[in-house]
Amino acid sequence: MKRQFLLGLFLMATVLTYAGGYRVSLQGQRGLAMGHTGVAVVNNAELAFFNPGGLVFLENKINAAVGASAVFSDVVWQNQEFGQTARTDSPTGTPFYAYFSYKLSEKFTLGLAAYTPYGSSVAWEKDWAGSHLVNDIELAAIYVQALASYKITDNLAVGGGPIYVSGSVNFNRNLNRTLSDLEGDRSNVTIDASGVSAWGWSAGAMWKPIDSLTIGVNYRSEILVEAENGDADFQNVPNSPLTPFNDTKFDATLPLPAELSIGASYQLNDKWLFAFDYNRTFWDAYESLDVDFADPGIPDSSNPRQYEDSSIYRFGLQYGANETFTLRAGYYFDESPVQSGYFAPETPRNDSNNFTAGLTVNVTDMIAIDASFLYSRFEEIDESYDYYTEPNPTTGQPEQVPFEGTYKSSAFVPGLGVTIKI
Amino acid sequence: MRTMKNYFKYIAVLALGIVSCEPELENSIEDGGQYSNGSADFSNYVALGNSLTAGFADGALYISGQQNSYPNILASKFALVQDTDEFTQPLMNDNIGGLLLGGTQIQQPRFVLGGESLETARPARYNGTPTTEVGAKLSGSFNNMGVPGAKSYHLLAPGYGNIAGVATGMANPYFARFASADNATVLGDALAQQPTFFTLWIGNNDVLSFATSGGAGVYQENITDFTQYGPNDITDANAFAFVYNSLVSQLAGEDGLGAEGVLINIPNVTDIPFFKVVPVNPIPLDANTAAALNAQFGAYNTQILPGLAQMGVITEAEANSRKITFAEGPQNFVTIRDENLTDISGILQGEPFNLDPQTAGLLGQLRQATNADLIPLTSSSFIGSQVGDNPMLINGVSVPLGDEHVLTAKEQELVAQVTAQYNGAIATIAQNYSLGLVDANQLLSQIAGDGGLTYQGVQISSRFVSGGAFSLDGVHLTPRGYAVIANEIVKEINETYEANVPAVDVGTYSTITLNNNVQ
Repeated sequence: MKRQFLLGLFLMATVLTYAGGYRVSLQGQRGLAMGHTGVAVVNNAELAFFNPGGLVFLENKINAAVGASAVFSDVVWQNQEFGQTARTDSPTGTPFYAYFSYKLSEKFTLGLAAYTPYGSSVAWEKDWAGSHLVNDIELAAIYVQALASYKITDNLAVGGGPIYVSGSVNFNRNLNRTLSDLEGDRSNVTIDASGVSAWGWSAGAMWKPIDSLTIGVNYRSEILVEAENGDADFQNVPNSPLTPFNDTKFDATLPLPAELSIGASYQLNDKWLFAFDYNRTFWDAYESLDVDFADPGIPDSSNPRQYEDSSIYRFGLQYGANETFTLRAGYYFDESPVQSGYFAPETPRNDSNNFTAGLTVNVTDMIAIDASFLYSRFEEIDESYDYYTEPNPTTGQPEQVPFEGTYKSSAFVPGLGVTIKI
Repeated sequence: MRTMKNYFKYIAVLALGIVSCEPELENSIEDGGQYSNGSADFSNYVALGNSLTAGFADGALYISGQQNSYPNILASKFALVQDTDEFTQPLMNDNIGGLLLGGTQIQQPRFVLGGESLETARPARYNGTPTTEVGAKLSGSFNNMGVPGAKSYHLLAPGYGNIAGVATGMANPYFARFASADNATVLGDALAQQPTFFTLWIGNNDVLSFATSGGAGVYQENITDFTQYGPNDITDANAFAFVYNSLVSQLAGEDGLGAEGVLINIPNVTDIPFFKVVPVNPIPLDANTAAALNAQFGAYNTQILPGLAQMGVITEAEANSRKITFAEGPQNFVTIRDENLTDISGILQGEPFNLDPQTAGLLGQLRQATNADLIPLTSSSFIGSQVGDNPMLINGVSVPLGDEHVLTAKEQELVAQVTAQYNGAIATIAQNYSLGLVDANQLLSQIAGDGGLTYQGVQISSRFVSGGAFSLDGVHLTPRGYAVIANEIVKEINETYEANVPAVDVGTYSTITLNNNVQ
């Protein structure tokens, strides 16, 4: 009985994947319909997210915008060499937002915001070929923010406020590619943590050098969601002291990266508005996900991610057709933070071209319905995750076992919202 | 407001359209056309063979092992290539393994790796009661016709699946579960399914049972009447070739079904861990015991053996090979009774030795094992045990191990020679019928070689328990081992039939099972 081999069995829990690269840009139907631009667009209470500095430029005393989207996102994967195919059957994601602002004076506006800029919901078939990386994952983070916006001069305003985050994660994967119990059922672990709170902030500034041109900048800080004492539930583990995977607690930290937005909008005439945003998401913060199991018998898990900062280029167009209808369209190019060789199936994201459209129907002077639609187009891509390891049966040393194949993702996101101006 | 309604309608329609849209790959396996069956037809695949074909592992047949049998793996790949019939297997009733006959256990549960710690981990029988009753006959036909224990000629033997013969050893309990009739043959039941494609891996047991019994049987050279064969005998090589040709001609011949297929040849039995676990020199002795033993064998070494050599009863070389010496330390060689040595028990009872019959019997064919001998895995607990609780009579030390505990160099030579003859016949038959041939002999030699074999980046070796290729009985393969076989068959099919069948992802197949609920 070689010690290395059995130690190898212990080392099986080496790779625990997690969500990342899942910035969900659905923080306002009006903005989204225009390619999710908005850092320099004064439109409605969505400014609470896009650029709180601009809230004070809203004309009405009370502004509110609420809405939600339905994310239909799926991924198909196949490996031609081995004839393996898998398809996600992910539950429909429902990110939402609710913004409110109240103009205290000409120069000062207060606001409140709740939104869900990060999240992920991916469910592969249980025990699929990549089940040692992920079976399914649900990640959600709700941001709640208090805001203040101050007009320094007639054409320059700043704003911002603290963010409270409540996050949750539920993630299941198999312990490795083969371990199973006597019945042949695969050993797996579910880690679950909810109500994980954290704090951050955002701040923005808006400047209108001339009437028709608006320039904005907004920064949202990085927020580290530190799950402490989450539940790790091990299932189908062989009945043996040699595989001591008993249910335990875990600690892990997931960065929700900072984001910088710079943009401009130009009001061509009464009817046409053009907007451009540039986003830089500082994914560099996501180097590795480390899960620390409380049970000293279960080895901690380190999972290289090595995300890199990524850019998004957004273009939007708004056409005020008449008193009742406003039409919008947009496009954005979303650069994936996931680098080649780190393409893990819990966030199978490559670069995407995104097309948006939408409209607003002004039901009354005070109430408007906002609808939007997003189609994300991903190229088919041959990729791999190379940093899963299994112990060499002879030496016990970890050896990389790449998981590779062809991925194709799709996402269709219809959304509805209401804008209120009083 | 009418216009507004239309807008909403439009959005609703759009939204509904969206839900049904799924991502599609350009060259999707699901759409077909990515692979090709070449000149083979996999629509109805039947596998013939023994335990290796059945998916036997860890000393038992059980469901998850069957699901990882190489024929089942192959069938799953064939289904990606063309429309195929469902691949059926005579699944056991549980994952415990073992068999009941009329409620009485006749085959033991599987081995699992038990133990409280790294140091004490060891393979042991799972502590469960088998629930698979031989008498609970399965209905229907089965694509996997692998029958554990079958030798080549058994596939042609009527009544091999007759439940009435199981208790007396005249029939096979595994075949009795699903034979179509009491007088059915394995081959007949296979042919009745009209296979378009087959694999045949048979002949292992024709030499293996001799080897695993420590050479307790005989080589039935030139004997073609199989009813005279004992269970541990080696099948005559010519008789094997005749039987094998008969099997293949009925499956693949012009007068038979004319099916395409792949033949798999016979590995060397000495490449299995079953003979690599128990060393020939496992006896630890302290200085006093070694001295006492040497004193005990002193007269034998210095007087009897030289005396017999002088008398011409044995050669000088034999006399030297029969000397027994022990030393202080952990690595003393076991003593064995070697039937190839001159039996001197009679002479020793006469002049001038005048030994009592018991002592003469112990010395009759006595020698110490050498590195050329092999000890079966099953003898590990026997070595060092006492005869009748007598501390002076230690098996493998003061009492030589019997024939069944040692596969001697001579016996190994015989097995190797016959195996080579079998494989020669298989190669010729493969060529005659233009069938694929997988050289399992060479493959397992590589796996058994130094450092094992790195296959698809996965290191596999024949090291017991941890090597990955062999299950806990030391003879049969693990799912990963069977996956390697399946992949080799795929490669051979792709070459022989110009097909494009996808490969088997070997690393995703498991090896051994841990469980602490052991007997």
